[in-house]
Amino acid sequence: MLLNPHQWVSSHADYLYSFAITRINDEELAKDLVQETFLAALQKTGSFEGKSSERTWLTAILKNKIIDVYRKNSRGLKKADAGEIENREVDFFEEDGHWKAEHGPIEFGIEDKDHLVNKEFEHILQRCMQKLPVLWKAVFTMKHIDDEATETICTELKVTASNFWVIIHRAKLNLRACLQKNWI
Amino acid sequence: MSYLKKIIYNCKQATYLIEKKSVKSLSLREAFELRIHLFGCSFCRIFSKQSQVINSMVKALFNSVMQPNISLDDTFKKELQDRIEEELNK
Repeated sequence: MLLNPHQWVSSHADYLYSFAITRINDEELAKDLVQETFLAALQKTGSFEGKSSERTWLTAILKNKIIDVYRKNSRGLKKADAGEIENREVDFFEEDGHWKAEHGPIEFGIEDKDHLVNKEFEHILQRCMQKLPVLWKAVFTMKHIDDEATETICTELKVTASNFWVIIHRAKLNLRACLQKNWI
Repeated sequence: MSYLKKIIYNCKQATYLIEKKSVKSLSLREAFELRIHLFGCSFCRIFSKQSQVINSMVKALFNSVMQPNISLDDTFKKELQDRIEEELNK
Protein backbone atom coordinates (compact mmCIF):
# COMPACT_ATOMS: atom_id res chain seq x y z
CA MET A 1 0.00 0.00 0.00
CA LEU A 2 1.25 3.46 -0.88
CA LEU A 3 0.74 6.86 0.63
CA ASN A 4 -1.09 9.46 -1.37
CA PRO A 5 -0.57 12.87 0.22
CA HIS A 6 -2.51 14.58 -2.58
CA GLN A 7 -5.67 13.04 -1.16
CA TRP A 8 -4.87 13.30 2.53
CA VAL A 9 -7.06 16.25 3.36
CA SER A 10 -10.12 15.05 1.48
CA SER A 11 -9.73 11.47 2.74
CA HIS A 12 -8.69 11.91 6.36
CA ALA A 13 -8.89 15.49 7.63
CA ASP A 14 -12.45 15.26 9.00
CA TYR A 15 -11.73 11.94 10.63
CA LEU A 16 -8.55 13.17 12.29
CA TYR A 17 -10.26 16.36 13.36
CA SER A 18 -13.12 14.54 15.07
CA PHE A 19 -10.63 12.17 16.68
CA ALA A 20 -8.76 15.15 18.12
CA ILE A 21 -11.77 17.21 19.14
CA THR A 22 -13.37 14.42 21.17
CA ARG A 23 -10.14 14.05 23.11
CA ILE A 24 -9.04 17.60 23.69
CA ASN A 25 -12.23 19.62 23.32
CA ASP A 26 -10.65 22.70 21.77
CA GLU A 27 -11.47 23.50 18.13
CA GLU A 28 -8.46 25.68 17.34
CA LEU A 29 -6.03 23.30 18.97
CA ALA A 30 -7.62 20.34 17.21
CA LYS A 31 -7.20 22.08 13.84
CA ASP A 32 -3.56 22.82 14.62
CA LEU A 33 -2.97 19.19 15.52
CA VAL A 34 -4.47 17.98 12.25
CA GLN A 35 -2.19 20.30 10.34
CA GLU A 36 0.85 19.29 12.39
CA THR A 37 0.00 15.64 11.86
CA PHE A 38 0.04 15.97 8.08
CA LEU A 39 3.24 18.00 8.08
CA ALA A 40 4.97 15.58 10.43
CA ALA A 41 3.75 12.68 8.29
CA LEU A 42 5.31 14.23 5.19
CA GLN A 43 8.65 14.28 6.98
CA LYS A 44 8.57 10.59 7.71
CA THR A 45 6.87 8.96 4.77
CA GLY A 46 9.88 6.64 4.74
CA SER A 47 8.75 5.06 8.00
CA PHE A 48 5.43 3.97 6.47
CA GLU A 49 5.74 0.26 5.84
CA GLY A 50 2.33 -0.32 4.39
CA LYS A 51 1.45 -2.76 7.16
CA SER A 52 -1.39 -0.60 8.36
CA SER A 53 -3.71 1.62 6.40
CA GLU A 54 -2.79 5.20 5.65
CA ARG A 55 -5.48 6.36 8.09
CA THR A 56 -4.21 4.16 10.92
CA TRP A 57 -0.70 5.44 10.33
CA LEU A 58 -1.82 9.08 10.38
CA THR A 59 -3.96 8.48 13.47
CA ALA A 60 -0.93 7.07 15.30
CA ILE A 61 0.97 10.27 14.58
CA LEU A 62 -1.99 12.34 15.77
CA LYS A 63 -2.26 10.25 18.95
CA ASN A 64 1.29 11.16 19.89
CA LYS A 65 0.51 14.81 19.38
CA ILE A 66 -2.56 14.50 21.59
CA ILE A 67 -0.45 12.86 24.30
CA ASP A 68 1.91 15.84 24.12
CA VAL A 69 -1.07 18.08 24.82
CA TYR A 70 -2.19 15.91 27.74
CA ARG A 71 1.29 16.07 29.14
CA LYS A 72 1.55 19.81 28.73
CA ASN A 73 -1.89 20.36 30.28
CA SER A 74 -1.26 18.14 33.26
CA ARG A 75 2.12 19.61 34.06
CA GLY A 76 1.75 22.16 36.83
CA LEU A 77 -1.78 20.93 37.31
CA LYS A 78 -0.47 17.90 39.12
CA LYS A 79 -0.27 19.80 42.36
CA ALA A 80 -3.77 21.16 42.00
CA ASP A 81 -4.95 17.71 41.01
CA ALA A 82 -3.33 16.20 44.07
CA GLY A 83 -5.18 18.66 46.25
CA GLU A 84 -8.37 17.84 44.47
CA ILE A 85 -7.76 14.13 44.86
CA GLU A 86 -7.40 14.54 48.62
CA ASN A 87 -10.59 16.55 48.80
CA ARG A 88 -12.61 14.11 46.79
CA GLU A 89 -11.27 11.05 48.50
CA VAL A 90 -12.90 11.80 51.81
CA ASP A 91 -16.17 12.49 50.07
CA PHE A 92 -17.57 9.12 49.07
CA PHE A 93 -16.63 6.80 51.91
CA GLU A 94 -16.73 6.62 55.69
CA GLU A 95 -13.54 5.97 57.58
CA ASP A 96 -14.11 2.22 57.62
CA GLY A 97 -14.44 2.30 53.83
CA HIS A 98 -18.22 2.00 53.70
CA TRP A 99 -20.21 4.22 51.33
CA LYS A 100 -21.45 7.39 52.96
CA ALA A 101 -25.24 7.26 53.03
CA GLU A 102 -25.63 10.13 50.54
CA HIS A 103 -23.15 8.65 48.06
CA GLY A 104 -24.29 5.05 47.90
CA PRO A 105 -24.93 3.98 44.29
CA ILE A 106 -28.55 3.95 43.14
CA GLU A 107 -29.71 2.29 39.93
CA PHE A 108 -29.95 4.58 36.89
CA GLY A 109 -32.10 2.28 34.82
CA ILE A 110 -29.23 1.77 32.38
CA GLU A 111 -27.73 -1.25 34.09
CA ASP A 112 -29.28 -3.70 31.65
CA LYS A 113 -26.80 -4.64 28.97
CA ASP A 114 -29.37 -4.18 26.21
CA HIS A 115 -30.81 -0.86 27.31
CA LEU A 116 -31.66 1.62 24.59
CA VAL A 117 -29.14 4.36 24.12
CA ASN A 118 -30.55 7.48 25.61
CA LYS A 119 -29.40 10.73 24.02
CA GLU A 120 -29.94 12.78 27.13
CA PHE A 121 -27.96 10.34 29.23
CA GLU A 122 -25.12 10.41 26.72
CA HIS A 123 -25.11 14.17 26.86
CA ILE A 124 -24.78 14.15 30.65
CA LEU A 125 -22.05 11.52 30.38
CA GLN A 126 -20.12 13.78 28.03
CA ARG A 127 -20.46 16.74 30.38
CA CYS A 128 -19.37 14.65 33.34
CA MET A 129 -16.29 13.50 31.41
CA GLN A 130 -15.33 17.12 30.80
CA LYS A 131 -15.53 17.82 34.51
CA LEU A 132 -12.78 15.35 35.36
CA PRO A 133 -9.37 16.83 36.21
CA VAL A 134 -7.18 17.00 33.10
CA LEU A 135 -4.80 14.22 34.08
CA TRP A 136 -7.60 11.87 35.09
CA LYS A 137 -9.43 12.45 31.85
CA ALA A 138 -6.26 11.75 29.90
CA VAL A 139 -5.63 8.50 31.79
CA PHE A 140 -9.26 7.44 31.50
CA THR A 141 -9.44 8.17 27.77
CA MET A 142 -6.18 6.45 26.96
CA LYS A 143 -7.17 3.36 28.91
CA HIS A 144 -10.86 2.90 28.31
CA ILE A 145 -11.26 4.43 24.86
CA ASP A 146 -7.94 3.97 23.13
CA ASP A 147 -7.01 0.71 24.89
CA GLU A 148 -3.44 1.79 25.47
CA ALA A 149 -1.17 -0.45 27.55
CA THR A 150 -0.93 0.60 31.19
CA GLU A 151 2.87 0.88 30.95
CA THR A 152 2.55 3.19 27.93
CA ILE A 153 0.15 5.48 29.78
CA CYS A 154 2.40 5.63 32.84
CA THR A 155 5.46 6.42 30.75
CA GLU A 156 3.79 8.95 28.48
CA LEU A 157 1.96 10.84 31.22
CA LYS A 158 4.69 10.35 33.80
CA VAL A 159 2.52 8.78 36.47
CA THR A 160 3.65 5.97 38.73
CA ALA A 161 1.93 2.59 38.54
CA SER A 162 0.30 3.03 41.93
CA ASN A 163 -0.87 6.51 41.02
CA PHE A 164 -2.30 5.08 37.80
CA TRP A 165 -4.60 2.75 39.75
CA VAL A 166 -5.61 5.52 42.10
CA ILE A 167 -6.55 7.70 39.13
CA ILE A 168 -8.46 4.92 37.35
CA HIS A 169 -10.43 4.34 40.56
CA ARG A 170 -11.14 7.97 41.42
CA ALA A 171 -12.00 8.92 37.86
CA LYS A 172 -14.71 6.29 37.78
CA LEU A 173 -16.01 7.15 41.25
CA ASN A 174 -16.36 10.77 40.21
CA LEU A 175 -17.80 10.07 36.80
CA ARG A 176 -20.39 7.73 38.27
CA ALA A 177 -21.28 10.14 41.06
CA CYS A 178 -21.69 12.94 38.53
CA LEU A 179 -24.11 10.78 36.53
CA GLN A 180 -26.09 9.92 39.64
CA LYS A 181 -26.32 13.56 40.61
CA ASN A 182 -27.39 14.80 37.19
CA TRP A 183 -29.49 11.96 35.91
CA ILE A 184 -31.68 10.90 38.82
CA MET B 1 -11.84 -5.78 63.12
CA SER B 2 -11.58 -9.30 61.77
CA TYR B 3 -10.18 -9.94 58.30
CA LEU B 4 -13.56 -10.91 56.91
CA LYS B 5 -15.36 -8.02 58.51
CA LYS B 6 -12.86 -5.63 57.00
CA ILE B 7 -13.57 -7.00 53.56
CA ILE B 8 -17.30 -6.80 54.09
CA TYR B 9 -17.19 -3.18 55.23
CA ASN B 10 -14.64 -1.85 52.80
CA CYS B 11 -16.56 -0.54 49.77
CA LYS B 12 -13.68 1.74 48.94
CA GLN B 13 -11.37 -1.22 48.46
CA ALA B 14 -14.08 -3.18 46.62
CA THR B 15 -14.69 -0.39 44.09
CA TYR B 16 -10.93 -0.14 43.63
CA LEU B 17 -10.80 -3.84 42.82
CA ILE B 18 -13.77 -3.51 40.46
CA GLU B 19 -11.87 -0.87 38.49
CA LYS B 20 -8.65 -2.83 38.57
CA LYS B 21 -10.50 -5.86 37.25
CA SER B 22 -11.77 -3.87 34.26
CA VAL B 23 -8.15 -3.30 33.22
CA LYS B 24 -6.25 -6.40 34.29
CA SER B 25 -6.89 -9.68 36.04
CA LEU B 26 -6.93 -9.71 39.82
CA SER B 27 -4.74 -11.86 42.02
CA LEU B 28 -6.49 -14.86 43.54
CA ARG B 29 -6.67 -13.13 46.87
CA GLU B 30 -8.10 -9.95 45.38
CA ALA B 31 -10.67 -11.91 43.37
CA PHE B 32 -11.68 -13.81 46.49
CA GLU B 33 -12.06 -10.64 48.54
CA LEU B 34 -14.11 -8.95 45.85
CA ARG B 35 -16.43 -11.98 45.55
CA ILE B 36 -17.01 -12.00 49.30
CA HIS B 37 -17.68 -8.28 49.34
CA LEU B 38 -20.07 -8.25 46.39
CA PHE B 39 -22.01 -11.16 47.84
CA GLY B 40 -23.09 -9.02 50.73
CA CYS B 41 -23.07 -5.49 49.31
CA SER B 42 -25.85 -4.32 47.01
CA PHE B 43 -24.31 -0.85 46.64
CA CYS B 44 -21.14 -2.25 45.14
CA ARG B 45 -23.08 -4.67 42.97
CA ILE B 46 -24.82 -1.64 41.44
CA PHE B 47 -21.49 0.16 41.17
CA SER B 48 -19.98 -2.79 39.37
CA LYS B 49 -22.76 -2.97 36.78
CA GLN B 50 -22.75 0.79 36.25
CA SER B 51 -18.99 0.84 35.90
CA GLN B 52 -19.14 -1.64 33.03
CA VAL B 53 -22.01 0.18 31.34
CA ILE B 54 -20.13 3.48 31.64
CA ASN B 55 -17.04 1.96 30.02
CA SER B 56 -18.95 0.63 27.06
CA MET B 57 -21.04 3.78 26.70
CA VAL B 58 -18.02 6.05 26.78
CA LYS B 59 -16.37 3.95 24.13
CA ALA B 60 -19.46 3.93 21.92
CA LEU B 61 -19.92 7.64 22.45
CA PHE B 62 -16.39 8.51 21.39
CA ASN B 63 -16.71 6.34 18.32
CA SER B 64 -20.10 7.71 17.35
CA VAL B 65 -18.83 11.26 17.60
CA MET B 66 -16.33 10.16 14.97
CA GLN B 67 -19.09 10.29 12.38
CA PRO B 68 -19.11 12.96 9.66
CA ASN B 69 -21.24 15.33 11.74
CA ILE B 70 -18.00 16.95 12.85
CA SER B 71 -16.12 18.41 9.94
CA LEU B 72 -13.65 21.09 9.04
CA ASP B 73 -14.62 24.06 6.92
CA ASP B 74 -13.67 24.01 3.26
CA THR B 75 -11.37 27.03 3.37
CA PHE B 76 -9.27 25.45 6.07
CA LYS B 77 -9.12 22.21 4.13
CA LYS B 78 -8.10 23.90 0.92
CA GLU B 79 -5.32 25.84 2.64
CA LEU B 80 -4.16 22.68 4.33
CA GLN B 81 -3.97 20.69 1.10
CA ASP B 82 -2.17 23.63 -0.58
CA ARG B 83 0.34 23.59 2.24
CA ILE B 84 0.91 19.87 1.75
CA GLU B 85 1.39 20.33 -2.01
CA GLU B 86 3.87 23.09 -1.29
CA GLU B 87 5.87 20.76 0.94
CA LEU B 88 5.73 18.02 -1.67
CA ASN B 89 7.13 20.34 -4.32
CA LYS B 90 10.03 21.50 -2.20
